[in-house]
Amino acid sequence: MKYFGHVLDHLRKDLRLEWRSRDSINGMLFFVLLIVVVFSIAFDPAGYPTTTRQISGGILWVGILFASITALNQSWTREQRNQVLEAQRMAPSPASALFLGKVLANMLFVLVVEAILAPIFVIFFNLQVLGNAWLLAIILPLGTWALIVNGTFFAALGLRARNRELLLPLLLLPISLPAILMMVQATTGVLTAELDPIQIRTWITQLAGYDIIYTTVCILLFETVLNAE
Amino acid sequence: MARSSVLRSTAWLWFLATVAVLVVGFRQAIFLVPMEETMGNLQRIFYYHLPHAVLGLIFPYVNLVASLGFLYWRRRDPLKALTADALAVASAEVTVLYVGICLGTGMLWGKPAWGIWWAWDARLTTALILWLIYVSYLLLRRFSPAGQIGVLAAVLAVFAAIDVPIVYMSIQWWRTQHPAPVFGPNGGGIDPRFLPAVFWNLAGWAMWGIFLIAFRFALERRRQIAEQDAALQALEASLETPQ
Repeated sequence: MKYFGHVLDHLRKDLRLEWRSRDSINGMLFFVLLIVVVFSIAFDPAGYPTTTRQISGGILWVGILFASITALNQSWTREQRNQVLEAQRMAPSPASALFLGKVLANMLFVLVVEAILAPIFVIFFNLQVLGNAWLLAIILPLGTWALIVNGTFFAALGLRARNRELLLPLLLLPISLPAILMMVQATTGVLTAELDPIQIRTWITQLAGYDIIYTTVCILLFETVLNAE
Repeated sequence: MARSSVLRSTAWLWFLATVAVLVVGFRQAIFLVPMEETMGNLQRIFYYHLPHAVLGLIFPYVNLVASLGFLYWRRRDPLKALTADALAVASAEVTVLYVGICLGTGMLWGKPAWGIWWAWDARLTTALILWLIYVSYLLLRRFSPAGQIGVLAAVLAVFAAIDVPIVYMSIQWWRTQHPAPVFGPNGGGIDPRFLPAVFWNLAGWAMWGIFLIAFRFALERRRQIAEQDAALQALEASLETPQ
């Protein structure tokens, strides 16, 4: 239980830091709005309503992906100022608690942004969810977790690399491709109601499996990465 | 190439044997094996495509074993860890090469045979993602700061190796859900008359792949040893500096 106490401490620290400047959330919100507008210009939802509904799952997740990457890139930089990272390494609490705290903080930020993005998306794309909309309440967090857990880990991986900000998407995207496939298929299946509930449930199960596997791997390997020197 | 003459002779013998096997394979594939009915002589590219595809699935696991070895020995026996790291980078580079050749030969085969360069079916998508993952591994190695390359790359290799089966399963499910045309040799196996070409080329390209990995491994070891010598010289020079 002490472990979860540590995780909560790290989480509270990140939330408090973010609340004081609100850089990350404001940046992400505006970025996401811009992405929706750019995609509307690119794909013309009014001109092709049926096609739009079929690709809207993909567009939603690409938007969330880009927004998450902007948040993830700077999520570790606050640990680099004032040699905080060295202090973290010397702390007796397990390194994975720091990692989990940061993942939960990033998850909260991106979920807040999604909660605002989803209605904007529905408005600009004139979306009607043809399937069971409550399933989206499961798919969106599961998919976001897959991106955030790997993203936070790879952001830490590239922390002392040159071209750090370029490196994150280059590492994250190939590894996340199966997860992106699962979340887009599940979301499109719900939006278009073209998939059976059993098929949607299979995608959701695969996504949950991906989340569990990669959360475990990240927790196990974070200490190695933190002490890489 | 190696400091001992035994290793050097072995390397030369292996190289000559590889060339011999590849020559036999070439003769089998291009001249001896009968022509396939539907695609004609174009089908012969398969004898180059298949070995590279199969080996491109095996070498990533060499990389995984080497990376795990690195992580295990990192604190216990740093010199062994360095050797493991050299093997990891060598096998990753040859993986990228082989999967790249697999994709390339596939495209060269596909365009005349089916009229399209690419199809997002299960097999091609999986191969492409495999290639992308190992290219990202090499990029991480390039961008990492010098002291940490081994550790960070080894960690990414673990992620990559876990991803490969996940990619395979999810994309298979995706494509059986929406059946797409299946490309590649007709399901049901290969006619026994074609087998000699398949085996000779599989053996030849495997030997060539092993040769390339060993060569790259030796290069990397030389670079590591040169680095160690330079570090030792710098240390000794600093000790000699009058205080």
